[in-house]
Order: sequence, then structure tokens, then C-alpha cells
Amino acid sequence: MVKSKARPVFSEKETLRERLFRRKRKLNRSRAGNVMLFLFMGLCGVFMVMPLVMIINNSLKPLDEIFQFPPAIFVRNPTFENFSDLFILMSDSWVPFSRYIFNTVIITGCGTVGHVIVASFAAYPLAKHKFPGKKLLFTLVIFSIMFTYQVTMIPNYVIVSYLHINNTYWALILPAWGYGLGLYLMKQFMEQIPDSLIESARMDGAGEIRVFWKIIMPNVKPAWLTLAIFQFQTMWSNTGYLFLRNEELKPLQYAMQQITAGGAARAGASAAVALVLAAIPITFFLICQSSILETMTTSGMKD
Amino acid sequence: MTKQKDLQKPFVGTLMAKNRISYIMIAPYFLLFTLFTILPVIASMFISLTYFNMLEAPQWIGWSNYLKLLLEDDIFVLALKNTLIFAVITGPISYILCLLFAWIINEFKGKLRAFLTLIFYAPSISGQAYLIWNIILTGDRYGYLNGFLLQYDFIQEPILWMRTAQYIMPVLIVVQLWLSLGTGFLAFIAGLQTIDKSLYEAAAIDGIKNRWQELWFVTLPAMRPQLMFGAVMQITGAFAVADISLQLAGNPSVGYAGATIVTHLSDYGGVRFEMGYASAIATVLFIMMVGTNRLVQRFLRRVGE
Repeated sequence: MVKSKARPVFSEKETLRERLFRRKRKLNRSRAGNVMLFLFMGLCGVFMVMPLVMIINNSLKPLDEIFQFPPAIFVRNPTFENFSDLFILMSDSWVPFSRYIFNTVIITGCGTVGHVIVASFAAYPLAKHKFPGKKLLFTLVIFSIMFTYQVTMIPNYVIVSYLHINNTYWALILPAWGYGLGLYLMKQFMEQIPDSLIESARMDGAGEIRVFWKIIMPNVKPAWLTLAIFQFQTMWSNTGYLFLRNEELKPLQYAMQQITAGGAARAGASAAVALVLAAIPITFFLICQSSILETMTTSGMKD
Repeated sequence: MTKQKDLQKPFVGTLMAKNRISYIMIAPYFLLFTLFTILPVIASMFISLTYFNMLEAPQWIGWSNYLKLLLEDDIFVLALKNTLIFAVITGPISYILCLLFAWIINEFKGKLRAFLTLIFYAPSISGQAYLIWNIILTGDRYGYLNGFLLQYDFIQEPILWMRTAQYIMPVLIVVQLWLSLGTGFLAFIAGLQTIDKSLYEAAAIDGIKNRWQELWFVTLPAMRPQLMFGAVMQITGAFAVADISLQLAGNPSVGYAGATIVTHLSDYGGVRFEMGYASAIATVLFIMMVGTNRLVQRFLRRVGE
């Protein structure tokens, strides 16, 4: 690994004080380096968080503060006017606003739950069984995460039309069940479940389906939470503009976009929209962060 | 024993019958996967060799979509150039930033660590929050950036950031970097957590003197699988940039300075309904994404050797 230029960790010249001091610090961490790196990260952190701070402040600004020179980042007289404006705009939309919310719940709900179930079902044999074609199938899945959905957008539209599910919820839900990243993460996570656990269940006479529900699924809880969150993020930002033409099928994201498209006249309401749209996925991530990180420990690609 | 194995080997059919349950379990997923991923990739290549407008049956026209694309379509060439510049800059930079921030965050513990992770990851999941950049970059003096620069006398006149060709690309790159700490970043944070602490102690005895040596000789090789996964995420994202260009620079952008392959694709596929031509663009994009990924994977296998 490294050509060792023998340098003992504790040289004899070190005084006791130096030794104690060294103990307190981590190995190979100079104080100057710490200061430099943390400062750099702090600056970048401010850059990362600034736009989000602006969104929060903008949504609380009265209209005269939104249009003022010089523009101020922080709100002076916070108000909930923008949110009440948003509710007024919502109440005179084309179809009742609750309909958009209902559509989003159906689309993201079915898309997420279905994906987690279908992908977990497929991930178990790929992780734990031996059968012909297994390697090829998984290679195809890895292949599929190397390009984005735009590549297949046009044939997808043709296929959806051909299946006669265009302009229905299914046009968004069914393709979402077959996404590659979810299966990939789930399979990688399942691989670390000890085989002995599965074997002992089989000894007790459990069939594969039973093993899956009773042994595998409870053990991969972090992974299915992660799949749910990732899938939710994807589904949540989908406006469905390509597939959904009927107004009463369109999701919340679409309705919100229409409000934002109102331009300067709706600057206040669209600031509130931006906050709502950002806050929901961030909240979900916040709740599930540790599960997600646990899943990602197994996300690595082996050769 | 070996004889038995040899005898069994040729009968793939028997093996498949024995593993019936495996196939039943993977069937629903792979049916959908084939229908909405594998089939479309093949179909896209086929459609790219035809004239197809969704109304009439596709007409075979051979390579002419590709010839038109590369020889006659000036905007495509510009879009290709923009996408390459974009990918070459944002891909590696975002990758290194993901790694660097994950590595620094790894020095912290508990609540602070969770908080820092959230701050860096949040932009990539907050959906259309990047629209706030429209307000930051507003061309009159009410925009945050112009307001700030005017106030401190850096500029005398407000700059039309998104209406001036020379600023569009740099600004889009900054916004893309802001958005790019996504799944790969999380994989790095998680990967760093799992590295065996005793490796570091052993390395110190072997003569690793500072954190940079430790990073290169110990940390990176130990998290190579995550490095490869993160690379896929960042590369794919860097080539697919389109929404921020459409939303911030408009379509078409001034002098097509914000045109990318995907904006060109959605122009022909979503607006003009020239599906054959759009599929040719999609196929070029596909080859670029997968090709770059394969190349980088090969390179990453050598990290720390």
C-alpha cells in the first residue's frame, strides 16, 4: 500500500505533555488544516443554505418588501399574507384544489408503495438465490442507472399510448414501479443479510415467500424507507405534463407551477408555493436520514 | 461430485425449473423494467432511423437523421458543445465537492453532523426551489445579486444576467453545482462511516503523515465501491441538465447560450413532434452518458494503486 518510511507514532523525544495533547486530537489532523477546511466548508455551507433562507424569508415578506431596493434577504415585518393569498388562489382554481392534492396523493402513494414492493420482491432472488440469467439481469439494472429518463422519453410515450393508459394515473405510476435505482439499492442492502438466518427459516419449513415477508422484509426496513423517500422525491416533482391532459387528473405540482407562472402579480403567493414544495421533501429526509445513510453504506458498486 | 456438477451444467432448463420461485418473484419488476426501460432504449435506436410524427407509421430513412444532426443542425452542434463544457466542468467539480464535503462532515458527530448533511443535501431534493435563482438573478435592480452589486458599487448599471449570452453558461454552472450534492453525496457520507478505524492506526504506523496522504492511501481505496456509484450519479446528472436552463435562461435562450442536448431533445420531441429526429438526439445522449460512465469506471478501479 504505502512504502513505509518508518516513522513511529510516538517518538522517544516526545514529552509527556505532547503525548497527552496528541491523544486529544485525532490521528493525522493538524490544527491549521482543520481551521482551513472547516472555514472552506462554512463558506460553502452559507452559499448552499442562502437560497433556502431566501425562500423562507420571501414567503413571509409583505408585498412592499418583496419589491424594494436595495433588496433585503431577511424579512422585517413578517406576515402570513402570502399563505392566505395562496389559499385564495387555490379556492378559485379550475377544479377544486383538493382534487390536485388527491391526485398527488394517489400518484405518489401508489408509485412509491408499488415500487417498494415490486423492487423488493425482485431484489430478494437477485441477492440470495442462484439461478441462470441473474447476473445479466442485474447488469442491465446497473446499466439503466447510467442514463436518465430523457433518453427513453419518446418511446415511453409511444408505449404508454399503445397500452391505452395515456391520460390516466397509470401512465405515471406503472413506469415508476420499474425504476432501476430502487432495485439496485435494495439488492445491495439485502446481500448483507446473513445466509444462516434464511437457512434456519427454511429448516423450519418456511417457503420462499414466507422467508421474504417474515425474515427479509423486517431486516431491510432502512432500505425500504430509503426507496420510499427517493421514489417520493421523484414522484413529487413530476408535473405529468407529458401524459395527463385532463385537468382533474393533474397533480399538485402542476397547479403550483401555474400559480408561479402568474409572474410579478403573484410574487407573494409563489414565494409561499416555493416554500411548501421544498419543505415537504426536506421534512421527509430529516425524519429518515439515519435509515437512508444506513442503506447507502451498501450502495457501492463491486466490480 | 465434480462429475455430477458437469452433468448438471448443460441443463439450463432444469436449473430454471428448479428455481421457478425466483423467476416468479422477479417477474413483475422485470416485466415493467423491460417495458419501460429496455424496450424504449432499443425502440429509440430504431425510431432514430425513421421519420416519425406520432400520427403516421414510421418511415425508414436510414442514417439521414444523424447526418442532418451532425452536418446541418447548427443549434445541435452548439447544444452538444454546451453540454460537453457543462459536463466537463460540473461533473468532476461536483464529484470532488461531494467527496470533499462528505469527508469534512465525517469529522463531526451526532446532531451537528446530521445538520450539515441536511444543509448540503437539501437543495438537490427541494424540487423546484431552484426557481429562487430567478429572483436572485432578476435583471433589474430588484434582483438580489444586482441589488448587492449596485449597493457596494461593483457595477453601475444592473446586469441582465439571464439575457446576456456570456453570463448564461457560468451562471447555470453555479446553479447546477448548488443542486448537485445528491445521492452520490449521501453514498460518500455513508461509505466514510463504514471504514474500519484500525486501518487508520495501521497506516499511521506505516508512515502516513497527514490527512491528505491518509485520504489518498487509506480512505479512498477503502471506499472505492461508493466512489464508483457516486461517479455514476454525478456523470449522469451532469449530462442531463435541462430544466434549470429552461427555467432560468428560457427556451430558446439568448443566442442559444443555454441550449443543451436535452433542451434540444425536448424541443423536437415535445414541441415539434419530430420523433425520429428527437430519438436520434436521445441516442447520441445515451451513448455519451453510458460511454463516459464506462470510461470513468475503468479509471476509478485504479484509485490508490
